[in-house]
Amino acid sequence: MSQVRRHRSDTKMVPVPSHSIVPERDVNEIPVLETRHLGITFGGLKAVEDFNLTIGRTEIAGLIGPNGAGKTTVFNLLTKVYEPTTGAVLINGQDLHGMNIVQASHLGIARTFQNIRLFDKMTVEDNVRIGLHNQIRYDMLTGILRLPRYWKQEKRQHERALELLDLFHMQNLADEEAGSLPYGAQRRLEIIRALATEPKLLLLDEPAAGMNPRETEELMETIARIRDEFQIAILLIEHDMSLVMGVCEGICVLNFGRIIAKGTADEIQANPAVIEAYLGKRKEG
Amino acid sequence: MMIFLDNLINGLSLGSIYAIIALGYTMVYGIAKMLNFAHGDIIMVGAYIAFCGLQYWNLPPVVAMLMAMVVCTLLGITIEGLAYRPLRQATSLAVLITAIGMSYLLQNLALMIWGANPKSFPGTFINSFTLHLGRLTISSATLITILANVVIMIALTLFTSRTKIGKAMRCVSEDRGAAQLMGINVNRTISITFAIGSALAAVAGVLLCSSYPILQPTTGSMPGIKAFTAAVFGGIGSIPGAMLGGILLGVIEIFGKAYISTALGDAIVFAVLIIVLLVKPTGLLGKPVREKV
Amino acid sequence: MTKAKKKHLIYNLVIFALVIGAYVLLQNMIAAKTITRSLKGQLIPICAWIIMAVSLNLVIGFSGELSLGHAGFMSVGAYTGAVISGWLLNAFAMENTGLRLAIAILAAGLIAGIIGLLIGIPVLRLRGDYLAIVTLAFGEIIRNLVNVLYIGTANGKLYFSFLSKDLPADVTILVDGAKGAVKIKPISTFTAGFILVMITLIVVLNLVNSRTGRAIQATRDNRIAAESMGISVTRHKMIAFVTGAVLAGMAGALYGLNASTVIPTQFTFNQSINVLVFVVLGGLGNVLGSIISATFLTILPELLREFADYRMLVYAVVLILVMIFTNNPVIRSVFMRMFSPVRRLFRGRESQQGGEAA
Repeated sequence: MSQVRRHRSDTKMVPVPSHSIVPERDVNEIPVLETRHLGITFGGLKAVEDFNLTIGRTEIAGLIGPNGAGKTTVFNLLTKVYEPTTGAVLINGQDLHGMNIVQASHLGIARTFQNIRLFDKMTVEDNVRIGLHNQIRYDMLTGILRLPRYWKQEKRQHERALELLDLFHMQNLADEEAGSLPYGAQRRLEIIRALATEPKLLLLDEPAAGMNPRETEELMETIARIRDEFQIAILLIEHDMSLVMGVCEGICVLNFGRIIAKGTADEIQANPAVIEAYLGKRKEG
Repeated sequence: MMIFLDNLINGLSLGSIYAIIALGYTMVYGIAKMLNFAHGDIIMVGAYIAFCGLQYWNLPPVVAMLMAMVVCTLLGITIEGLAYRPLRQATSLAVLITAIGMSYLLQNLALMIWGANPKSFPGTFINSFTLHLGRLTISSATLITILANVVIMIALTLFTSRTKIGKAMRCVSEDRGAAQLMGINVNRTISITFAIGSALAAVAGVLLCSSYPILQPTTGSMPGIKAFTAAVFGGIGSIPGAMLGGILLGVIEIFGKAYISTALGDAIVFAVLIIVLLVKPTGLLGKPVREKV
Repeated sequence: MTKAKKKHLIYNLVIFALVIGAYVLLQNMIAAKTITRSLKGQLIPICAWIIMAVSLNLVIGFSGELSLGHAGFMSVGAYTGAVISGWLLNAFAMENTGLRLAIAILAAGLIAGIIGLLIGIPVLRLRGDYLAIVTLAFGEIIRNLVNVLYIGTANGKLYFSFLSKDLPADVTILVDGAKGAVKIKPISTFTAGFILVMITLIVVLNLVNSRTGRAIQATRDNRIAAESMGISVTRHKMIAFVTGAVLAGMAGALYGLNASTVIPTQFTFNQSINVLVFVVLGGLGNVLGSIISATFLTILPELLREFADYRMLVYAVVLILVMIFTNNPVIRSVFMRMFSPVRRLFRGRESQQGGEAA
C-alpha cells in the first residue's frame, strides 16, 4: 500500500501525447499500449467510439464507467476478440491490425475475464501451466517419448507455477480442481494465469468483483506489488472505487462508448461530467 | 434439354422429400437443441404403417396415410417423453447417443415385426397418373411430392408466425429459460414440436416409398442422414433453410449422378455440403452466433 | 511429486498393468489351448477396436470435438495395409510376415494421418454440430471413393484406376471396387495387436499429460481463454485430430490384415457410431473406460449368440437406459448414493474424467 502511495505522490501527470496521461517515469519510452480513434459498431450501434488511450510501461491505469458503457468491449478490442471497425491498437508500438487473439497474446497482452473463464476441470496448477505454455516449452514428441528434456521442463513449469501461486498464497491449493475454488480464489487464479504468460500489459476485468473489503484491500496491494516486481503495465476495469482510486495512477472514464474524462483520481472525482454520468443530471433548482 | 428438365424435376421431387424430413430435424434441433438421429427411422415406421393399411387392411390411401401420421405422432411424443425428456439437462453428446440408441431400437423392432425382406410399396393415388407435356413426362408422385412440400412449407410458416403455439415454439428456441419464466410450458412445446416433426416424417415416408417403392427396416437411414445434411446445409434451426437445403441437396444429388458419376452421387452431395459450410460456417440461412466474452 | 501427478501415475500404471496382464493371461490360454475358438478369433479385432476407441477418445474426450467419421480413417488404414502388404509381396517377395505387417501398419498410419490433416484443415474451422456433420460427410465420401477404386500390382509396380476397372491384364488385383480389398494374406497377429495397443496407450496417455496435451484440453474447456493465453486452438485441435487419424489408420491395417477381404460397407457411418458408443459408455476422457467398453462390447454379440434375434434390440434398450441412468441428475444421484462405497474405491480415477465432474 505504501508503495502505491509513494508512486502517486511522486508522479505528476504529464499528458504526452497530448490526448493522454502517462506517469513521468514512462514518458520517454514507447508506451505499452496506444489506441487511436478505436471504435466498433454492432449492427449500427456504436458500442465504442473514438477511444484514445495511452498507457506507460509501468503504469497502473483504471477504466471505469457505468454498466453498459463499453468497458469490456474495449478489452475485447485490445485483445482482438473483436475486430475494431475503426482505429488502431498498438502494443509496444506494434499495430495489432490483422492479428488474431493468439498473436495479440504473443505481443505481450494478457487478460482476465469478467465472467471467469478458468479451465474448470483442470487443477489449479495446470491452469497456471497453461499460462506458461509459451514460456517453458518442449515439443510434442519430447512429451510423448518422455525424453530428459520433458522431465526438466516439467519440473521448471511446476516450480514456476508454485512461485506464481505464491503471489496470492495459493500454493496449498495447487492440486484442487479450479472450478471448485471459491469465487474470489478463482479471480485470483485468473490473474496468476494471465501473469504466467509474461505479459507487458495485464488487463484485469473487475478483479475485485465478489470479494469482501478485506480481500479487496489485499488485492490492491498485490496489484501494486505485481507491477513493481514484474515491471509491467496494468489496466483494470473495476466498480469498486476504493480500489480504483487507491491503486490507479491514471483513470479513464467511459460512458456510452465514449471517453468523458481522463486524469488522476482527484481530478476524476471532481469532474462534473463523471458525477453526472454516475449519478444522473442534477435538477436545476 | 429434355434430359436436363427430366433431371431437374426428379431432383426437385427427391429434394422435396428431403426438405420435408429436414423440417422435422430442424424444428426439433431449433427447439430442443438436439440432433434426433431417430428421425429417419420414424419415416420408415410411417411407411410401414401405411404399407400395412394399404396391403393388409385394404384401407383407402388417404386413410392409410392419416393412420401413419397418427401413429408416428404418438410415437414421436412417446420417444420424446420417455427417452429425451429425462436428459433435458444432459450434455448434447449424451442425448445424441440416446437418439442413436432409439434409432437402433426402431430399426430392430421393425425387423422383428416386418422381417428383413424388402417389401414392395403398393401404388396409390399418388401414382395414379402421368402428365405428358410434349416430350416431357411427369409422374403424379413427383407432382404430388413437390406440391405437398409447398403446402407444408406455407402451413408451417403460418403456424410458427401466427398461432400462439407457434410463437411459443419460437420463444423456446430463442431462450428456453426466458420462455419458461414467461409462463410457457417448455415440455409441452417440445412435445408438440416432436409431434409435428413426426407427422411430417410419416408424410415423407409415404412419399418416399411412392417414388422409391422398396421398404425395409433401414429405409429411413440414408434419407435421414441426407435430410440432416440438408438441414445443416440450409442452416440448422431455420425452417426456410431446411426447405432450401433439402431441395438443393436433391437437385445436386440427381445432377451429380446424371452428369458426373452414379457411384459418386453421395460423395458429391457431401462435398458440396462441406464447401458450403466452409464459405458459410452456419449454413445458407443460419444466423451467425457471437460468443459473449 | 504432487498429489495430482501421483494420481495420474497410478491411473496410468493400472491401465498398463491390466493390458499387459490380459495379454500374458491370454497367451498362456492360447498355449494351453484353453481358449475358446470364438474368443481367439476375436483377439485381433478387440485390439483394433480398443485402438479405435482410445484414439477417438483423444479427439472427443480430450480435444472436445465430436467426430462422426472415425471409421473412415480405419477404412483408409485397412485398404492401405492390404495394398502395401500385397505390393511388398509382389515387389520384394517379402516373406517375413512380421516385417511386412510392420511396414503395412506404418504406411497405413502415415496415409491416414495425411488424409486426417487434409480433412482437418477445413473441418476444424467449424464448431460443434457443424463439425460433427462434416466429419460424417468426410467419412461417407471416403467410403464412396474407395467403392470405385481399383488397385493392382505387377512387376513391383502399383497400378491405380478410378471409377472403372482400367488395369493391365496381368496384374494381381489388390482392390476391386465395391468388392473391396481382395485376396489379402492374413498376417496380423495377437502380439502385433498387443504392441499396437501399447503404443496407442503410450502415445495418448503421455500426450495428454504433457504440455501439448494440457493445451489440447484447454482449448476444449474454454476456447477464448486458451487463445488469450497464446495457445492456437486450430493447431492443437489438429494435433489431436491427426494423431487420432494415424492411430485409427494403424488399427485399420491391423484389422484389415486379419481377414482375407475388406469391403467398403464395413466402414460406414454406423461403424463410426459404434466406436462413439464405446467412447461415451467408457466415459469421455477416460482411457481405461474406453478399453473396457471396447473389449466388452466387441465380445458381447458373441456371448449373446443364442439371442441373435434380440441382440441388437437389447443392445439398443440398454444403451438408452444407460444414457438416461448416467445422465439424469435425479436418477444419477440415487445411484451415486447406492454405489458410494464402490466409488470411494475408485476415487483415484475420478480426477481423470474430463467430461463429467459432479
